[in-house]
Amino acid sequence: MHTFLFYLPFLLFFVLVAVYGERKIAAFIQSRFGPMDVGPKGIFQTLADLLKMIQKEDIVPNAADKPIFLLGPILFFTVIFAGFSMLPLNSNMAGAAIESGVLLLMAVVSLDVLGILMAGWGSNNKFSLFGAVRAIAQIVSFEIPLGLSVLCVVMICQSMDLQEITRQQGLYTTDPIFLFGLKGMGIEVTQMGGLLSWNVVKSPLLLFSFLIFFIAGLAEANRAPFDLPESESELVGGYHTEYSGFRWGIFMLAEYGIMLLISFLAVILFFGGWNTPFFNMGSFQWAHWTMGSYWEVFWLLFKTYILVFVQMWIRWTYPRLRVDQLMTLSWKYLTPFGLLLVFLCGIWKLMML
Amino acid sequence: MWNLETHDALIKYFSNITHFVQTLSNGLKLTLKHLWESRTERDPMGIADEDYFLKDKGIATLQYPKESLPVPDHGRYKLHNEIDDCIVCDLCVKVCPVNCIEIEPIRATDIIGKTSDGTNKRIHAAKFDIDMSKCCFCGLCTTVCPTECLTMTKSYDFSTFDRADHVYEFAEMTPLQILEAKQAFEEKQKAKPTASAQSMKSSRDKVVFKPIMIKSKLPKKKDE
Ligand code: SF4
Ligand code: SF4
Repeated sequence: MHTFLFYLPFLLFFVLVAVYGERKIAAFIQSRFGPMDVGPKGIFQTLADLLKMIQKEDIVPNAADKPIFLLGPILFFTVIFAGFSMLPLNSNMAGAAIESGVLLLMAVVSLDVLGILMAGWGSNNKFSLFGAVRAIAQIVSFEIPLGLSVLCVVMICQSMDLQEITRQQGLYTTDPIFLFGLKGMGIEVTQMGGLLSWNVVKSPLLLFSFLIFFIAGLAEANRAPFDLPESESELVGGYHTEYSGFRWGIFMLAEYGIMLLISFLAVILFFGGWNTPFFNMGSFQWAHWTMGSYWEVFWLLFKTYILVFVQMWIRWTYPRLRVDQLMTLSWKYLTPFGLLLVFLCGIWKLMML
Repeated sequence: MWNLETHDALIKYFSNITHFVQTLSNGLKLTLKHLWESRTERDPMGIADEDYFLKDKGIATLQYPKESLPVPDHGRYKLHNEIDDCIVCDLCVKVCPVNCIEIEPIRATDIIGKTSDGTNKRIHAAKFDIDMSKCCFCGLCTTVCPTECLTMTKSYDFSTFDRADHVYEFAEMTPLQILEAKQAFEEKQKAKPTASAQSMKSSRDKVVFKPIMIKSKLPKKKDE
């Protein structure tokens, strides 16, 4: 099925909502109102901003490398949007049928660095170049803990297909599921489904993997506190300093897109994808009652939105890291722990067999 | 290879991690608390209100043009001059540290009226301009004003698009009146050369002591 056809309009709509939501959340965290004037409680603010942005002139600086400058944002967005093609929507709609979906997604997520580099280099502006170089350093180094944490999941699930990984975390699984994955304890929860068969419960070590994944994901998405590539207080706007109008809008779109993509991926890999969190208890067949095409879509989006909210919450809580702190975090803390977790997850998998 | 340094480094490494976790979770808790508390908004209550300091939770800002905080009645904002009570004594001009008051006085031929506190008015105010964009709101001019006609009001929202609009003109004389007043003064001056000489003489007799300007002698010393 073509989940792709769902995700493009959904992404556009999501950006409209998320920008407004983010501004409101930021405002509330800082004890102020946020947008209030356009529409009731300002809900049409993003729409108005969008209209304004589209009308703006598309300025190309004289000294810029024109083809690269013009292509940068488009490549950036295309690459991120390609990632959405692999996401399943519910048990019937699986996205692109790619056996190694996880691998491809990882590749796609790290490819966005190319778009950033094109934008930063093509702008012929020192701030843009600084931003682009920082983005590359950051994305390349956080790729490793991200990959390691995904590897943990792949080891536990023995699959790289996103739909298959999701299916294993709920009622539709073909293998028996034991509580905490420990076959030795002998408590089978296959028929209970829900929360108990999610990856983080099936193998509690994955909770730590999730933390690493989420932190690395924030860095991949250039979100605060890892927004060094576009740190507006130091680099004006980083790699998109020179962009205006619709091309700048594409950057915004891509940025929110990757934020959403990372959240989707986290939900699918760790929190059961489109599976319901409720489980069957005796005659209360909660899991069965809350599963079905529309319910599944709802659960997937709901869980994703929660993670998106957490990303925003984190953004408005923490100050930006320094470059050396960023590298320390990635290489001295996340990567060793990622390796350790891969090892421990291997042992856990042995106990699950 | 295991020595004291590696041991210390390891302890540092793990204490760093616990420190991260503690501080980061504290930060998240704090912001979540603010997010939760922003369900409530504060009412536009002034500092005079008893509950003013109790309202420390919730959204702290007001939607300004639509609602605003009440200002105390003795707020020191825009200046106002009750020109009918002004005796054009020029004190406010002299005291103003930033020279934002400009007065053009015309001496009248006779008493032209009384202020509300009974002082005689002898000088016309052809011009009484206060440039509020220069004013530093120190309030000195209001304290020296002998008739208390210059006051600070509690109106603070007087931003304009043009800086020239910040010059407030309080004088009420028409150009014709100014001309007449000037002519009357000049005629009187012409008419009394002797009288003024006499009065000067008599006043010189009366003077007991007169301030003498003591010039600095430093440069002279240098010359010597
Ligand atoms: S308040 Fe101070 S600065 Fe303003 S006009 Fe009076 S003396 Fe001058
Ligand atoms: S000090 Fe008062 S009376 Fe004197 S000129 Fe100023 S405003 Fe008028």
